[in-house]
Parts: sequence; C-alpha cells; structure tokens
Amino acid sequence: MSDITATVRAYADRFKSAHKRQHPLSAHLRTLEAEAIHIMREVAAEFDNPVMLYSIGKDSAVMLHLALKAFYPSRPPFPLQHVDSTFKFRDMIAFRDAIAKELGLEVRVEINEEGRAKGINPFDHGSQVHTQVMKTEALRSAMTRHKYDAAFGGARRDEEKSRAKERIFSFRDGNHGWDPKNQRPELWRNYNTKIRQGESIRVFPLSNWTELDIWQYILEEDIPIVPLYYAAHRPVVERDGQIIMVDDERLPLEKGEKPELKMVRFRTLGCYPLTGAIESNAQTLEEIVLEMLTARTSERSGRLIDHDEAGSMEKKKREGYF
Amino acid sequence: MNVENTRADVIERLTHSGQRGVLRFLTCGSVDDGKSTLIGRLLYDSKLLFEDQINVLENDSRKHGTAGDEIDFALLLDGLEAEREQGITIDVAYRFFATEKRKFVVADTPGHEQYTRNMATGASTADVAVMMIDARKGVLVQTLRHTYIARMMGIRHIVLAVNKMDLVDHGRGRFHEIVAEYLKSADDLGFESITPIPMSARYGDNVTHRSETMTWYDGPTLIEHLEGLDVDADIQNEPFRMPVQWVNRPNLNFRGYSGTIVSGTVQPGDAVVVAQSGSAANVERIVTADGDLDKAVAGDAVTLVLNHEIDISRGDVIASAEGRPEVTDQFAAEVLWMSEEDLLPGRSYLLKIGTATTPATVSALKHRVDINTYEKKPSRKLEVNGIGQCNLSTARPIAFDPYQQIRDMGAFILIDRFTNQTVGAGMIEFGLRRASNIHHHAMDVSKAERAQIKGQKPAILWFTGLSGAGKSTVANLVERKLAGAGHHTYSLDGDNVRHGLNRDLGFTDEDRVENIRRIGEVGKLFVDAGLLVTCSFISPFRSERQMVRELVEEGEFIEVFVDTPLDVCIERDPKGLYKKAQAGEIKNFTGFDSPYERPEEPEIRVDTTSISAEEAADQVIAKLKEMGRLG
Ligand SMILES: Nc1nc2c(ncn2[C@@H]2O[C@H](COP(=O)(O)OP(=O)(O)O)[C@@H](O)[C@H]2O)c(=O)[nH]1
Repeated sequence: MSDITATVRAYADRFKSAHKRQHPLSAHLRTLEAEAIHIMREVAAEFDNPVMLYSIGKDSAVMLHLALKAFYPSRPPFPLQHVDSTFKFRDMIAFRDAIAKELGLEVRVEINEEGRAKGINPFDHGSQVHTQVMKTEALRSAMTRHKYDAAFGGARRDEEKSRAKERIFSFRDGNHGWDPKNQRPELWRNYNTKIRQGESIRVFPLSNWTELDIWQYILEEDIPIVPLYYAAHRPVVERDGQIIMVDDERLPLEKGEKPELKMVRFRTLGCYPLTGAIESNAQTLEEIVLEMLTARTSERSGRLIDHDEAGSMEKKKREGYF
Repeated sequence: MNVENTRADVIERLTHSGQRGVLRFLTCGSVDDGKSTLIGRLLYDSKLLFEDQINVLENDSRKHGTAGDEIDFALLLDGLEAEREQGITIDVAYRFFATEKRKFVVADTPGHEQYTRNMATGASTADVAVMMIDARKGVLVQTLRHTYIARMMGIRHIVLAVNKMDLVDHGRGRFHEIVAEYLKSADDLGFESITPIPMSARYGDNVTHRSETMTWYDGPTLIEHLEGLDVDADIQNEPFRMPVQWVNRPNLNFRGYSGTIVSGTVQPGDAVVVAQSGSAANVERIVTADGDLDKAVAGDAVTLVLNHEIDISRGDVIASAEGRPEVTDQFAAEVLWMSEEDLLPGRSYLLKIGTATTPATVSALKHRVDINTYEKKPSRKLEVNGIGQCNLSTARPIAFDPYQQIRDMGAFILIDRFTNQTVGAGMIEFGLRRASNIHHHAMDVSKAERAQIKGQKPAILWFTGLSGAGKSTVANLVERKLAGAGHHTYSLDGDNVRHGLNRDLGFTDEDRVENIRRIGEVGKLFVDAGLLVTCSFISPFRSERQMVRELVEEGEFIEVFVDTPLDVCIERDPKGLYKKAQAGEIKNFTGFDSPYERPEEPEIRVDTTSISAEEAADQVIAKLKEMGRLG
C-alpha cells in the first residue's frame, strides 16, 4: 500500500463515525468553517444537479473536507468533477484516485480528447493555448454534458486584487460565461439561487479564507494533502527564475539543462510544467505554516499562467475558467 | 521532540491567547476622504503584504501615486478601477488582514452613483462602520446618509474616523467641533457606541500606532478599538433560532435537521418548536462530524436530532419553545430597492427569508425616506437606490423576528420572478397580524360542491394581448359557445371593471398592476362560485399574469394569448386608440410608450391573422376539451 493510500484510508475512517476533537478549532476558523458549511447546504438544498470542481490541490482538499463535515452523517450529495489537462503531477492523479476509492466518492474526470489527440501541450502551444483548450474548454464541456446547475470552486478573494469583489454565488449565463454586469448583490447570508434552465452558478465557499487560514485549517483538522506540498528531493530545472519539476519524460529539456535534485516544495499545484516550486526544508505541516508566516512572496508568483498577460484572471473568468 | 507539542505551539503562535475570532467592518465616506488609503495602510501595517506586492506598490506609487514621495496605499486596492470602466454597478470588495488579537474582514464600497445599495450590501454582514471624514470638510450630507444606512442595516457600532488631521495642524479644536456636529444628528439614532478617533491615514497616526503629534488624544487607536470590541454577546442572548436548510437522512435510523443557528444557544434536552406549525419536541442530540456537542451557539452550523418525529422541512424555523418568533403573512418593513426597474406595489416578487422562499407583494408603500434629510415623503413607487417603508403580504406565512433584534430572522431579499435578479432587500419591523389569528370561516357549502351542482370544472380563461388584438371578440364568442353547451359562465373585461370596481385607477405601471390584482381577486371569487370566467385584459406584465395564476389552484388558470402583431392591431384600430396614441393624446399606451411582455408558455395561443374570430373561438374550445377542462 502506498503512503498516499494509507493516509487517505486513515482519513476516510474518520468519517465512518464522528470522532471527538482534541483541541477546539480556533475561533476564526470556526466562523469560516460554519460559513462554508452554510453555503454548501444552501446549494445542496436548492439546486437539482450540483457538483464540486475538484482540482486536487490544498484548497480542494479543504473544500472536500468541509463537504464531508457539512452533510455528516450523510455523504456529500454531489459528485466531484476533475478536469484533467493531462499534464498534472503524477502524485496528484494518485491522490485523486485514492480519494475516490477510499472515501467512496464519485469523481468524474473530464479530458478534452480532441485536444489530447492533437497533442496540445504547454511547450509547443504555450501555456495560454494549453490552458484554454485543456482546461477552460474541457470544463465547459463537462458543465454542459452533465447539465450541472451549480458548481463549487475553491477560489478565494485574497488571491488577487480583481477577485476581491467576486460574489460567493457567481452567476453564469447559458454559455458558462461570467457577465460582470449581471452579478447579483449579496446581502447577509441570504443567497439568491434562482436561475433559468441552462444557466448555472459558480459557488465559492472559501471566498473569505486567506492562504494562511487554509494552511492553519489543514493543520488543525489534519487534512491529507498531496505530498508535493511537503519539501523533498525532487529533480528540477531552473527556467526564467522559476524552479520546474521534471515530473515525467514529456518535459523537453533545453540545451545545457540538466535536472538536478533539490529540496523543494510547491505552494500551489497545477500542471507541472506551469507550476514553480520553491526551495524549502518544510517537511511537516507545522514547518510549512511556520515558513508561511515568514514568507516574502505571494502564492500567485508561483503560477506561470498569471504572468502571461495583465488582467488575465478577469479574462479567464469570463471564459469560464473559474 | 513531541509532535503534538509542536503542533500546539504552532497553533498557539497562529492564534495567540485572547484570540477573538473575526470582526467584520465597513468603511464609508465620500470620494477622496481616504478610505482606500486607510485600508491599504491597515494591510501594510499588519504585514500582510509580500515583498513582490510591496515592490509593485512602490513602483506604482512613484509612477501614479498621489502621495508625493510617500507610498500611496490607495493603489493597493485599484482592482476596482478597471471594473468601473466596465460599468459594473454593484461592487463591494472584501479584504482581509489580521493582528495578533483578531482577524478582520473589511468591506470596501466604492462607486458613488450606486453607493446606497453597495453600502447596504457591505453593511449587511458588518458589525462596525468606520465613517471617514475629511477634517478639512467636516460632516457632510453624505456622512448623514451613510449613517442612516448603517443604522437601517442594523450596525450597532460607529467609528468616526476624522482623517487628514495633518492638514488641519492636528488641531484638537477642529476635531471636537466635528465630533459635536456629528453627534447632533447621530446621537439619538440609537447606536450602541460611537467612537471618534482623530487620524491621519497617510502617515498612520492613530491607525495602528499612536500619533506622536496628537498627544492631546488619549483614546484608543483604530486597531486597538476594533480589537477590543465585543459584538457577539448580544446575539447569543436572544432566544434560540435555527432555520432548517436541509433534512439529513442518511438511512432509516437517522433523521436530523441541518442549519446554521442564527441566534441564541441550544443544548440537548431543550424544548423547541417549529415556529410555523407550533409542533413541539425536545432536542436529543447536536450532531457534528467532530462528535456530538453539549452546547451550540449562534453562528454554528449543526445538525439537530429531536426526541420524536415531527413534520419539519426546509424553510421551517426551529425555535426555543419559550421565546417564539412571530408567524405572519403581513408585515411592515423597510425596503431598499436595487433594480433599475421600479418597485411597483401589487406586483408579485419572490421573497427569500432565511431558508424560506414564497411569493410576496408590497401591499402598500407608506412613504419613501429621503436619506439626506431623514424626511418621509409620499410616493407611489420606489426607484433604484430608493428606501421605503412598506407593508408586504406573503403567499405563505413566514416566521420572523424584528430585524433590529435578530438580523437573520428579519432580513429578506426580493427576487424578480422573470429575470431572477435580486431587486430588493428588506428589514422587517413588525407584523401586521398574526397568521394564527386569521380564521378562514369554514363555509358549509364548499367550492367543490358548488362546481359539482353546475357539473363543471371552474376556471379562469385569461385572454391577453395588445389593444385591438381581438381578445374581447374571441372571449365573447367563447362564452357564447360555452353557455350554448350548458356551462355556467361569467365574463370580466375592461369595460365592466374600469367603470366600477377600478374607477379610481389610471394607466401608469403602478395602476395597471393594481388593476390586474383586483381583477384576479374577483376572478378567484367567481371560480370559487363554480363558474367558468373569461377575462379579457391587455395585462402587459408577466408578473401580474403569474400573480393571478397563483391565486387559483393548479390548472384553474388558463392563459389564452391572442397573438396579433402590433402593425395588424394598428391597422384594425377598432376604437381609434392607436391614432390617438400616435398623436400623443394618450400616454402609456401598450405597444407604444408602455411595454407588452409576451407570454412565454401560454396554455393556448391563437393567431387571428390567419383565422377568423369564430375559428379562433373553436380552437379555444377544442383546446379546453383536450385539456380535460370541459368534461
Ligand atoms: N494629507 C493627507 N492626505 C491623505 C490622508 N489620507 C488620504 N489622503 C490622500 O487623500 C487622497 C484620497 O485618498 P483615497 O484613499 O484615494 O480616498 P478614497 O476615495 O476615500 O478611497 C489621496 O491623495 C491620499 O493620499 C491623510 O491622512 N492625510
């Protein structure tokens, strides 16, 4: 049994019967947790066909954990949807499969087969095209095919300036587009869930969490996450100031580039060729959090897609990436 | 090293003793009072910015800053500029920072035009409002407006941030002058606390650290004050309330009710009732994935198991048996209107309160409030950003508490039934009658009996279409044929209603809505009497037709769309009305300067351009037979 399987199996056991917690949850996390649970229950009660967009990263881990708690002792009354760009880290896929199996959850995987057949990849086509075809379009077609009317996403308001005013219930038209002019005012915890057929709502239960809250919650709740978040010796190359992991043989090495083993970890996970690592010795959650407290750069500086183009978040959002 | 210890240490370091959870506040002020500078300063001082962000900030300050050589903190927040250009009208930005004692969420509400609804949105989840005042300008009309909205939205604590003190020589006299001026209007609004602080956001004086120049001020800095403020105690002392979100039924042996406690506390053994039905039970368990709780408090999301089975579903409120909420279908509320389309009394909207959603209408608009002067003015409609005192009536009784007592039990939104937009926000003040007091007198002869004697299924045949479409002609023929076949009928149309029952109504949007409401009620009485009622009215708005549909039982409302295009109606012009409208002699004429909203799914549609009125009537009759209404 791999480490990942063992960890996830132990985690699944925790939800077989409630386990009394040892230490009370920190006050502010208790507030954030209750808010997220409230949001998830509203969606489960008011929509016909909700789904959780599951990206396997730490935010998704927290979101899934909250769903397991929100409906306990029932199971979350919706499936998970993963959009596989085919360039995810191998450990992410192993982790996803363990989650599905050990927790007995339905995880639907969407791959843009047409894109795969054409061999769309971030090296030859650029990160923008790759993201557009393998992520944005794949997500859209999953949304359409499964007729989801509500989809949970793990985005947070603190991630970027332009996200600060995003609603918790973000309205999408029949083409899954985000029309900034057509968003609804959100008062109290009274969410308007009315939509017409074909329209949908993106729901962000972690809107009010910060990156530090996420880590602290993972720590206090002991939530399993993909091992890539922990520092280990990994084969990497350095490119344009970013440390890129050579996760499989598909990464074309440039002239003179030789993978080196370095002690690195990731603050955010996506497609391995597009995700920068940081040098770190943090091998436990405690060490990660302590490192976070003294961190000098923001989380997003590790995401290559954000550097592509100014205002790119806004654009991606309109195209349905979020 | 003991792992458990390390973990505890790290958590300790993250949360610190004396940690007080989250405080939500909002900043209000006019443009350039320094809101953005203040928030930027708070983010900066709380060391929440990373090196890459600070580098960008320093660069931007040099390039576009307005603060000379200093860092322009306002630039941190400019994500909103671009959006202003895109014409987004409702925006509230939320930002996060933390000190050693507390975590903060700031709602930042820019945008001058839509300020009222933006501010109300931000205020709806805030505990404190920080009123920014430019020390040079003093208290402005806007300050009073913001104060009114804060009060209306139930904010109990005000910080009067007298900013830019550096520009008035840090003068103590000026500060006290402004405070006195503010208290003159705000003191009797009933805030729990009003805390004036002289500050200079740009230089950080009295924001996170004490001013070295304003030594005459011995009160707290803004952060000290916000860290110390106790805002949760009140809501826990109110009686227990939990609107049920979701019935939790994993298997036959477990039945729980999931929801967020909005006020009070609950413990196993407590006596509770379902507010709407009055059914009583005791709490047996408070279930969470972290184990059963001995006690849960306002703000907690839990699942309650009761000691015996009673009928509970989403929308119900589980409440303390001792202090119950009111249950009513008519109440008075303050309503803030947020849609470009006016609020019309009589129109049907969806009202969502807690977890319950029901059709509702504003039955009376008592007056509009001018929030600059706090004056009450008579009005027949509410425009966007307007605030009005209204009576509302709901299709189903709701459980509530006054908003100012328990926010989540008195807060509702109004949703347009066709666009699904959130068009209004309301705060309940008091109930107008208790639902339990309305005893419908049980009549000996029932509707079913009356219908049975006549041997028919009563219904409203609602003919809608443009003026001159042929509604009355077709309806008249339909009634003729029905009567000929031995049915008991009645017909309502503009002529027999406008001259009597609705003599007092004109043709404005408000009056048209009221016109249809009354006709709907009369139609309903005839259905009760067992008749087949034909109604021919332009009835241009979908909302009102929907409202009538909901007055009667499923299947009893049959919408007949007499679908004649405008140009054909103009050509026919049987009453010469289009000519007058074209000449400008009639105002608000449907199809001209007043809209007609086509039915989306009428039960019956007739096209009088391709068939005669006689044939159209036959079509209607055939369709009714097909639907099984004439059996
Ligand atoms: N002298 C001085 N200028 C200030 C102070 N606070 C803000 N400002 C300046 O006032 C202007 C408007 O501030 P800003 O924060 O953008 O106002 P907002 O529109 O309320 O967000 C900017 O040029 C700021 O640098 C202060 O305490 N003293």
